[in-house]
Amino acid sequence: MNPIYLGGGAVALFVVYVWSLYNGLIRESTEIDEAWGQIQVQLKRRADLIPNLVETVKGYAKHEKGVFTDVTKARTAVMNAESPVEAAKADNMLTGALKSLFAVAEAYPKLEANASFMQLQKELSDTEDKVAYSRQYYNAQLLEYNLKVKTFPNNLFVGAFGFTSREFFKAGEQEQNKVDVKFS
Amino acid sequence: MTISSQIRSNIAKTYVLMSVFVGLVIAIGYVLGYALGYGSDFVWIATLFAVISSFSSYWWGDKMVLAMSKARPADRKKDFDFFTVAENLSIAAGIPKPSLYVIDDTAMNAFATGRDPEHAVVCATTGLLDQLERRELEGVIAHELSHIKNYDTRLLAVISVLAGTVVFLSDMFMRNLWWGGRRSSRDNDNNSGGIILVIGIVLAILTPVFATLMQLALSRRREFLADASGADLTRYPEGLARALTKLTKDKEVLEAATNATAHLYITNPFKGKAYGAWFANMFNTHPPIEERIKRLRAM
Repeated sequence: MNPIYLGGGAVALFVVYVWSLYNGLIRESTEIDEAWGQIQVQLKRRADLIPNLVETVKGYAKHEKGVFTDVTKARTAVMNAESPVEAAKADNMLTGALKSLFAVAEAYPKLEANASFMQLQKELSDTEDKVAYSRQYYNAQLLEYNLKVKTFPNNLFVGAFGFTSREFFKAGEQEQNKVDVKFS
Repeated sequence: MTISSQIRSNIAKTYVLMSVFVGLVIAIGYVLGYALGYGSDFVWIATLFAVISSFSSYWWGDKMVLAMSKARPADRKKDFDFFTVAENLSIAAGIPKPSLYVIDDTAMNAFATGRDPEHAVVCATTGLLDQLERRELEGVIAHELSHIKNYDTRLLAVISVLAGTVVFLSDMFMRNLWWGGRRSSRDNDNNSGGIILVIGIVLAILTPVFATLMQLALSRRREFLADASGADLTRYPEGLARALTKLTKDKEVLEAATNATAHLYITNPFKGKAYGAWFANMFNTHPPIEERIKRLRAM
């Protein structure tokens, strides 16, 4: 065969490879940014519920000051978090603080029976699910992207385009046991 | 196969199915038309019928199903768990939240439909919403969302209308043969007409059976896949396993379900008896629940 055709074919193949690699990475990093936006929306939603919750609990348990400061501090940390790593840390702190808040609430049967407290509790646990699920989606997208960036031969070219592997949003305890999915 | 390759193959299958179906109906129409002595008129009618039903099933399948099941839109306050669980799992699946509907029926069941994630519908009965805990409901909704994300809903919506059309056409042929058979024997009183007539009858009997069996086999495979990818969404297969256990105990028949919509539901809405014979499985829209629970618990 004519060597010119062979060389031309190889160059064309290479161009197609780089083209699809670049576009794929652009698409995936846009999806990751979107997923991160979704996490922020849910974290904000959760933070917005907290002042109300604190007020309600205060009405029944005024002297449990330590818990309130912890929750408020953790909430501020979540609101100010910039990167996924910071947000994850602050979020875990807030989860812990809320746990002790609800532990305190258990000592006040009247508070536990309060309708708006029950509603807040329901909304809060739903928002926690939302945070967990948006984090799960973010991490799944990120896994795909990081795999692409790090594997050979992609790793030889991605640097030139400025793509680097990114940081996971660290999972809380629920997500440690990942499910094995089998297809038959 | 990975999930994304499953999705691609589902989308491709839909288009292949739709075109194969249209071709098949034209061919059958041709044979039957000559067998009956109507000539090519029958082909045109059959073609028109096939094209219209193909496209209407694609575009309006979701609305047709909802109208058939008499569902009302879900309300965030009234159906808090249903609404929020669907919202949350859509986030996890990375698809827009589907429109949610509720059927007022004490039988426990749920289904999903729609041609793509942007036009998807998830529908649950009040029986299901009342009797399941939140984690169990998550399992069920994740299963339904997986049907949507994997494009099973499109494939199944299209295939069920198509299979229905084949059944209808062959039914029409058999009726015609019964009432108008004399005319054809007068027109082509020769051997080749007789052979075509025999082929026509054989086709009319066999095609609906094959169409239905194919539809059911496909539907059963999709259930296992949706169970697995649903568990991947919730990361908690036990939720769906427990929900399915509750569903097996529910002996009520869902009145809103018809033969045309049965395959959409999470479990068979007719609650058929547990058949012993191997061939009975071929006529089920769903794999046995026990088998599904076993696979979920093994994950």
